[in-house]
Amino acid sequence: MTKSRVIEIEPLTRVEGHGKVTVHLDAQNRVSEARLHIVEFRGFERFIQGRLFWEVPVIVQRLCGICPVSHHLAAAKAMDKIVGVDILPPTAEKMRRLMHYGQILQSHVLHFFHLSSPDLLFGFDAEPERRNIFEVIRKHPELAKQAILLRKFGQEVIEATSGKKIHGTSAIPGGINKNLSLAERDHLLANHGQFLEWCRAAVTLAKSYVIEHQHLVKRFAHFPSNHMSLIREDGALDLYHGKLRATDAAGQIIFDQVDTDHFNDYLMEEVKPWSYMKFPFIKRLGNVDGWYRVGPLSRLNNAAFLDTPLARDAHLEFRELTQGSPNHSSLNYHYARMIEVLHCCEKVHELLLDPDLQGSDLRSSGTRREEGIAVIEAPRGSLIHHYRVNENDQVTFCNLIVSTTHNNTAMNRAVTDVAQRYLDGQPDITEAMLNHIEVAVRAYDPCLSCATHALGQMPLQVELVDADGTCIQRKSQYIDEDTYGL
Amino acid sequence: MSETLASTFTIQVDGQTVTVQAGQSIMEACDAAGIYIPRLCDCEGLVPQGSCRVCCVDINGRIQAACTQPAAPGQVIGNETPTLNAHRRTLVEMLFHEGNHLCPICEASGRCELQAMAYRLGITQASPYPYLQPVRPVDASHPDIALDNNRCILCGRCIRASRDIDQKHVFDYVGRGIHKRIGVSAARLAETDASLEDEAIARGTCPVGCILRKREGFDTPVGQRLFDRRPIDLDNAVQHHIPTQAVPAHIESDPP
Ligand code: SF4
Ligand code: SF4
Repeated sequence: MTKSRVIEIEPLTRVEGHGKVTVHLDAQNRVSEARLHIVEFRGFERFIQGRLFWEVPVIVQRLCGICPVSHHLAAAKAMDKIVGVDILPPTAEKMRRLMHYGQILQSHVLHFFHLSSPDLLFGFDAEPERRNIFEVIRKHPELAKQAILLRKFGQEVIEATSGKKIHGTSAIPGGINKNLSLAERDHLLANHGQFLEWCRAAVTLAKSYVIEHQHLVKRFAHFPSNHMSLIREDGALDLYHGKLRATDAAGQIIFDQVDTDHFNDYLMEEVKPWSYMKFPFIKRLGNVDGWYRVGPLSRLNNAAFLDTPLARDAHLEFRELTQGSPNHSSLNYHYARMIEVLHCCEKVHELLLDPDLQGSDLRSSGTRREEGIAVIEAPRGSLIHHYRVNENDQVTFCNLIVSTTHNNTAMNRAVTDVAQRYLDGQPDITEAMLNHIEVAVRAYDPCLSCATHALGQMPLQVELVDADGTCIQRKSQYIDEDTYGL
Repeated sequence: MSETLASTFTIQVDGQTVTVQAGQSIMEACDAAGIYIPRLCDCEGLVPQGSCRVCCVDINGRIQAACTQPAAPGQVIGNETPTLNAHRRTLVEMLFHEGNHLCPICEASGRCELQAMAYRLGITQASPYPYLQPVRPVDASHPDIALDNNRCILCGRCIRASRDIDQKHVFDYVGRGIHKRIGVSAARLAETDASLEDEAIARGTCPVGCILRKREGFDTPVGQRLFDRRPIDLDNAVQHHIPTQAVPAHIESDPP
């Protein structure tokens, strides 16, 4: 056959939300490009218009069932600006930080153990029936138990700080509506030593994976890119607040210590007709070269150091892997994620011992402003919330750039890279090949419902498309359309 | 018969004997006796209007609103009966159908009487009927007060409080039937003389999240909101009561 083809994969399992991948083949059956599509859109930014600004932190977290805290806090930070508050009372900021560390901890643990460990433990080629969390529970019961309890710990931190395990309401414009009671504190401190041990073990596990699979790690969706993240003034990793830093593939600064209020001067978003997800890029470098990655890998590339003792050492070891230059391997996201888990666990401990959390000065006020911009490092990367509020307290404008959107080009690169390597010139599509594509996407822990700001969830598939744009084969990972007559 | 004896009598409520002061409604007599009759439009300190029908009880076989029906000697009343609670459940469900109630994002959540009543009556899932899902504009024109009509249940508590207590008459019903809604006495709330000091604007006068005191939303942590600790019952249902000294003499109920 001389015609080019497109392969579709759906649903991409074990990513948060759903989407679709199309693999475009040329006339010689070689992969020319692969695209990650987002297929549903319910326009959250429109829904929020006209709503009252203090409702926003509560409304916006409904975008996502996995990292609602990040949206809750990003919106609250933007609303701090609206009510004219630049510096929160220490109790409020520390409660929010505690919530955030608990959130990143539980989200990363969920991703690593529940979603990715089947691929890592059993291999990407393993039969689909084995590549799931139930098999992990059967084969590695101790690991599974640790994952479940660590995640529960993260959720308990969230509950104690936000009022609920999911979709809490505590971060309010200018502050927080509760402090941490001594009983709550003591409950969270009770098993902390154990949790810290497990986090250390998780770092060791992730590290030995990348070392044992060096060959694969260096080959699989490994490509140079720019990296962006928040950074503290002294260059330390800061997941809750800071200024923006972007570095290039060689680790050189593109911009640094950029006030998040001015993000628009540095970043732009491009729309492509085949995806609802926008493609952000660094303005100065243009839409071809300006794409960048965000998330754990980028944060650890950008950070000069981590400010907790165990994670600081782990970060140094991570940097040694690439002799101090930026790490560009998609699979190293997993390793970076576990270092952040350790960092968050240490941060939680530090905060729990801080008497400020029992303070009673919970809220500040200032002079009203019309515009509020906030950036937070969500589990998956930088999350930007931008609002305008009128004199009647109603939202008139909202733009959200979520982590998965920042990683849009990178995910497309990763998918193309893997498709070229594993599908190219092959006569037929195998389960294992398709799963390689999924693994590449999954490394970015994409949250597709967030990325399109849909309020629900979306299905995802892989299609094979020929040079005329005709879909000639459509395949779902675990649902065979022929078998089920879909 | 002495004066005292003549002014009291007894009725039976769910098999319990309740002593009534002459002139009391069934609701007042039951409140005084510690018996809770579910309600939405009634609020201590306001003239009862019997419009939500949630307080309907069975009086000697006839179903009538307890808030407006005077207690009378010899009444045998059913209150917490399966039939009545089924009717109440339907009434409350219909309120959810008529408005646009997204509890998870509503600042009244946890202190909202409609939500609490739904929990009390065991409404845990959507009913099979279609939801009207109106999209009514929010009136946020007033500097301190916002009105989100999507959540109004037309209980009229704001109307009575504004008219009878605040003596301002800021609110009233406009429209009929399914189009009936709460209007204000000007084009927008900002042009009325509504203020935060009004009883009509006090937190708790509006049983739901329609009349909002601006910038106070979500200031109470989950777990400490009115209905977080216990379901709606006699104590917290009348927690918001308008002090009687604020009620002008002409609307106090006259003894018969
Ligand atoms: S007013 Fe009450 S029932 Fe309606 S959305 Fe708000 S909390 Fe829910
Ligand atoms: S605005 Fe509130 S108090 Fe007034 S009728 Fe509607 S629900 Fe009742």
